[in-house]
Amino acid sequence: MKLGFLVDLNLCMGCKGCEVACKVENEVPLSSWRLRVKYIDIGTFPDTSRSFTPLRCNHCENAPCERICPVSALHYLENGIVNVDSARCIGCAGCMMACPYGAIYMDPETNTADKCTYCAHRIESGMMPACVVVCPVQANIFGDVDDDTSHISQYIMEHQGAVQVRKPEKHTNPKHFYVGGGNQTLNPLAHQRLEGYNLFNNVTHLEHVGDPHHGVIDRFLAPFTSHEHLDNKSFMDFDNKAHESHEEEGGH
Amino acid sequence: MVEHGIHATQAVVTLDVALPGIIWGWMITLNMWAKSVGTGVILVGAFLLYRHKKEEMPNLRWMMPLISFIFLNIFLLFTLTDLHQPYRMINIFLHPHWTSAITVGAWMASLFTGLITLMMVIGFFDAHPDVRKHGACAKAAREHSGLYEKIFPFVVFLAVPVTLYTAIIMAESSARELWQAPTEVMQMMWAALLAGSAGLIFISESWSKESRKDLALVLAIATFFSFMMYMGEYFFSFKSSEAEATLAYVHAGGEYNAEFWFGMVLGFIIPFFLAVSNMKSDNKTLLRFAAILALIGLYLVKDVWLKIPQMLPLS
Repeated sequence: MKLGFLVDLNLCMGCKGCEVACKVENEVPLSSWRLRVKYIDIGTFPDTSRSFTPLRCNHCENAPCERICPVSALHYLENGIVNVDSARCIGCAGCMMACPYGAIYMDPETNTADKCTYCAHRIESGMMPACVVVCPVQANIFGDVDDDTSHISQYIMEHQGAVQVRKPEKHTNPKHFYVGGGNQTLNPLAHQRLEGYNLFNNVTHLEHVGDPHHGVIDRFLAPFTSHEHLDNKSFMDFDNKAHESHEEEGGH
Repeated sequence: MVEHGIHATQAVVTLDVALPGIIWGWMITLNMWAKSVGTGVILVGAFLLYRHKKEEMPNLRWMMPLISFIFLNIFLLFTLTDLHQPYRMINIFLHPHWTSAITVGAWMASLFTGLITLMMVIGFFDAHPDVRKHGACAKAAREHSGLYEKIFPFVVFLAVPVTLYTAIIMAESSARELWQAPTEVMQMMWAALLAGSAGLIFISESWSKESRKDLALVLAIATFFSFMMYMGEYFFSFKSSEAEATLAYVHAGGEYNAEFWFGMVLGFIIPFFLAVSNMKSDNKTLLRFAAILALIGLYLVKDVWLKIPQMLPLS
């Protein structure tokens, strides 16, 4: 069994439902993403088009992150998923240097490397990844690429010649495919990134979110200090008592 | 590429989340720089001991492992400090993954540091017979003085892979096209010889002229070939579009252009001429100045080379 992913970019409409579902399912902290949808505008007015490209871990057959990890925190599961054991990770960031797809991030709450696992915990229970379930146009197709009868295998067969992977020259054998992609969408060097230019400007981050152990000394002190307010649930249990209630402010 | 140059296919990212910036920063630069000194003094010291009599370099036997020990510990300290989970460093020894150059390097560097510590203790107590005359450690060290010469060849042999394994880590970082194994390996080796000769220059005050001349020779050769390696990369790394895009950060107008050229001039060009002139007429002050410049320049260049590939968006 070799689990793989295919995104039909012709169907994707950039709703970011997958991005949100992933964050909720995996409790991904603010300022971090296991899956993100990138918008790219192609052409010049009036001949322009906008493309949407969901980007996640490629679960490579020949994964550079697995090879460079000094403690096997990144490891293969039998179904081909490249999984992360955050309890073992030492936070050296070698995997972030090795991954050609920029799919790995340092979790600011656990101070360990993290990434998309194709929702390995859901798959173990016989469920589909959260991003697949939530996609309103079924642009995300997931399944066993070793099984010729699976939906993903048949989709690949039907679209022969149009199926692409990112950076094939890296010889990582990604198990994440795209249909309807082009050089501009899949090659990060083929599009411009203008600094400070975004559809939504002034994206701000909450002050209390981020790497609480960012300081060098803090990293060493972290095991001895309380972590109870550093998990995702901390967003839910902020102290209301310090503020006036919603009703008192005149709300409904 | 023509498809990028025409308006109809211009592509601009209009919505994306912030990408992480530089992950491996100054601590890794300092780590590599300190390791170059730590292994370099052993390699250059071995070369000097092969070429000259011990009596010509009276303090080398104990100062060489001492310098190496200090810089190896700086290297190990910053390796540990750069980890986001420093206490889990132990996992490298408890759960080693041998395909990783980080693992292999950590084991080798630990063994190397252990042997250097042993040499330092023996060398120090041999050179200072009045220190702790009745101390158990000092007594044991003096009794096993011959061990120094026995382990020295293994230490010299081990210094080579300890110098080079970082190049393999960088080569395993397949997202960073600039860090290719063959060039990185050579750069690391030249850096070690440069840093090693520069480190030993500071303790060469009482040495013979001939041995100091050899130090200047090693420094001159190392700075020359380091410069040539970087220039080769700077001008001719056009085999991959990623490497080309990375080098734009050091080319004219690039964000790291000034730091790169400061490093080249301070670290390689000036020390080369100073070292060459020192081979003709012995001038200890100038040679020390060359060593200081070489060490500063080496740090700057290593810093640039480490950071620029991380500036490139990967997705």
